[in-house]
Formats: sequence, structure tokens, C-alpha cells
Amino acid sequence: MDENWVAACAADDIEEEDVIRFDHDGRSFAIYRSADGDYYATDGFCTHEKVHLSEGLVMGPVVECPKHNGRFDYTTGKAIRRPACADLRTYAVKVESGSVYVRIQGEPA
Amino acid sequence: MDASQARRDYSLTGPEGKKARERGLAAAEWYATPIPRKRLKELMKRKNGPAIRDTILWLALLAGAGVLAYFSWGTWWALPAFFVYGILYTSPGDSRWHECGHGTAFKTPWMNEAVYQFASFLVLRPATPWRWSHARHHTDTYVVGRDPEIHQPRPPVWRRILIQFAHLVGGPRDIRRMFLHAFGRMDKEEKEYIPETEYRKAFWESRVYLLVFAFVIASCVYASSLLPAMFVVLPTFYGAVLMVVFGMTQHLGLHEDVLDHRLNTRTVYMNRAFRFLYWNMNYHIEHHMFPMVPYHALPQLHEEMKADCPKPNRSTWDAFSEVIRALLKQRKDRNYTIRRELPPTARPYQYGPKPRSPEAPGEQPTTA
Repeated sequence: MDENWVAACAADDIEEEDVIRFDHDGRSFAIYRSADGDYYATDGFCTHEKVHLSEGLVMGPVVECPKHNGRFDYTTGKAIRRPACADLRTYAVKVESGSVYVRIQGEPA
Repeated sequence: MDASQARRDYSLTGPEGKKARERGLAAAEWYATPIPRKRLKELMKRKNGPAIRDTILWLALLAGAGVLAYFSWGTWWALPAFFVYGILYTSPGDSRWHECGHGTAFKTPWMNEAVYQFASFLVLRPATPWRWSHARHHTDTYVVGRDPEIHQPRPPVWRRILIQFAHLVGGPRDIRRMFLHAFGRMDKEEKEYIPETEYRKAFWESRVYLLVFAFVIASCVYASSLLPAMFVVLPTFYGAVLMVVFGMTQHLGLHEDVLDHRLNTRTVYMNRAFRFLYWNMNYHIEHHMFPMVPYHALPQLHEEMKADCPKPNRSTWDAFSEVIRALLKQRKDRNYTIRRELPPTARPYQYGPKPRSPEAPGEQPTTA
């Protein structure tokens, strides 16, 4: 397997329409499971201020930051509600043998 | 003068902001009552029903009060009639501005935005600058030099407290800023918390507001009567008293420069009528700790949290009189702070930027 793929969690660790935190090598990520059962990953901290999105609310394809209600489309990373202005970085995700893998590339945000 | 009694600079452009950053108080991690994720998700869940119902009811009451006020004009009945109209214009205007600004009142985004824009105008808080001001207030609640929404400095300025009951501190300040914005300029303080990419929106909002003012003034001139302004714009001033009372109970008299909302925020039990006007913002500790919980779920959140929080004030009067007593004491001792005991079930208060550690030795709840 490409060495950039990192095992993040078990697929069942995340409920549908929810998010969990995953930390790896000094970086933090948010792993999402949509209502349709698909998995996604973004940088973990809101781009507005350093608040972790894993404590926020997932509604459909949107995650809301728990501190200031800024919102992102976690499937694309796009910031869709102020005070979130800068988009989130997204990462490729795959599920194999009941585990969620994230491809971690690029410099930390 | 004792150095600890020296007046501090509450502006965002003075030295206190730098001190707050050096002390680790700016954009810091705040204490949060532990609530299981599953329960928090239930509480955060959004729906349209309650807010649609409440908005229809509010607007119906406002319209009804407006009709009564209109027909009473020219008689002594106009005094109580316009007082009621003003209260219904301003208090719910304020609470709907607040909740919809958070995006939590309705599940549907455009409904939040529509009511937010409408309510912003009612209380003369242009939507974009105040969205950012309020975000900063939540980041750095009552951190001196960082929070633009600290109601009163220490010691309090009584002239400002009194005239603010007619919105004569905030109102003129915001109107002055509208004129600045209309000419494409931003106030020095606002530059501290509004990103430059948002300036253009702020400028155009103010231009629209000033056009509405011009229309209202023109209507008064045309009608040779103050009546049009009594329905639009002036209610923000003559109807402000309850909004100000509610607002004063939120944080005044409590701690500044701390990182635990149980120390600097007040939850107050209020009657149903007040809770309708205030949209449950009396559960203010709960709201600050978990701003993603919509207003209609705050009573349930309160039940989840109350074992970890100081006892709420038992009524609006209890809270307001406590605030006034504290402000009177702060005239002589600016460091006077109301101290509230935690129940034995609570985790210790977190005063500053350190990890939460319920087992940490030496940490005791404060006593009143």
C-alpha cells in the first residue's frame, strides 16, 4: 500500500452523519461518515480559529464548527458560512477490511 | 491610588489586548462541561418548527401592537401602546438577531439569514460587522482588550448605564459607524475583528440602512408627523429597556479575564413570556459553552449541565438586582466580583489557560 495511506479508525467507530477526530504525526484530522455511509476526511481544525471540528455538528454534507457556527462542506472542504472564510483541506479516504484509511499528503496547514 | 484600582483600557486597540495574548487568554481553550457525544448530538439537532412558530407569533403580536398604537396616536393611550410596540420590536429583535446570527434558530439556512437581516435592522446592528463582533465575543468572552461586547468597564460609568436604557450609547455609536461605512471606511476597533474581505459587504449594508433612514425621515416630512418613525427606527430607542435589562444579566458583575463561562456568565430562570421574548438566552452559560445547541434545546441542555454549574438566579429581578449591587460596589472597588459556589458534583473552575484536571490538588470551588 502507498505509504501515504494511514489507518485512521475502524469503519464502525463513526456513526452515520457524524465525525471523529484522528491525530497522526503531529497533525489532526476530522473523519466523517455521511448519511449515505460514505467516508471523508479534512483537516481537523476550523480554518477560522483553532477549534476541532470533531466536536461540531454534521448535517448532511456539512460540518458546523462548535465555537462560532462556521460551516464547511466536508466533501469538498469549501467554507460555506461565516466566520469560516478559508476552505478546509480534504484528503482521500478508502475503506478496506472494515478500516478507514486516509491518504495524508502535503504540508500541514 | 492603589495600582489594582487603576482604570483599565477596554478598547481593542489599547495595551490590554497584548497583555491578554501574553497571558494566554486570547483565542484560548475554554472549559466545557463533559457531555456524552450521543446526547450532545441530540441537543444540537436543528429543526424549523419551533422557530417558524415563534416567528409567526412574534410578527403577529408586533403587527397587532402596531395597529393598536396607530389608532391610539393623538391620545394618552399612545404611551402604553407604543411602549408595548417598542418592547415587541426591540427585545425579540435582539434575541432573533442573536440566535439567527449563530445560524441555529432554523434548520434551513436561508430562513436564518432572512430573519437575521431583518432583526439586524430592527436593532440597528448592521449584519456583517456584528456577525464578526459576536464571533469575537464568543472567542474571548469578557477578556479585556479582546471582547468588543463588554457592556460596562470597571468601575462602571453610570451615565452610560442610564442612557443605554434608551439605547443612547450603542445606537449613536452604530449610526456613526454606518456613516463611516457608507463612505467606505472602517472604524479602528472594527478592524481588529472584521477581516478586510468582509468590508465591502459592511459598506453596502450601511448604505442600505441609511437609505431606509432617509425614506423614514422623508415619510415623516411628507406626513408632517413623527408617526412613521415611531414604527420604524425609533422603537429601537424607546423600546430598549427590556433588551438592556436582559443584556445586563448576561455577564455583568462576574469575572473578567477567565476561561470558564461558569465564572463570567449568568443563567437566570425566567418566566415563559420573557423566555419567548428572549428566546431562552437566559440559559446563557449553556449558550456560551455550547453555541451549537439551538435555543429550543437550551432548557434540556441546562438539565444536563446544572450539576456542573453554579445555581442559576431565580428570576430576572434577582439577577438584575444582583448586577446593580455589584456595579455599585465596583464604584469603590473595581476588583469586586460576584463569587458563586459550585455544587459538590461540579468540576473545579478553570480560571486560566491550563488543562482541565478535576483531581488537581488545591483546586477548590469558590465561595460566595
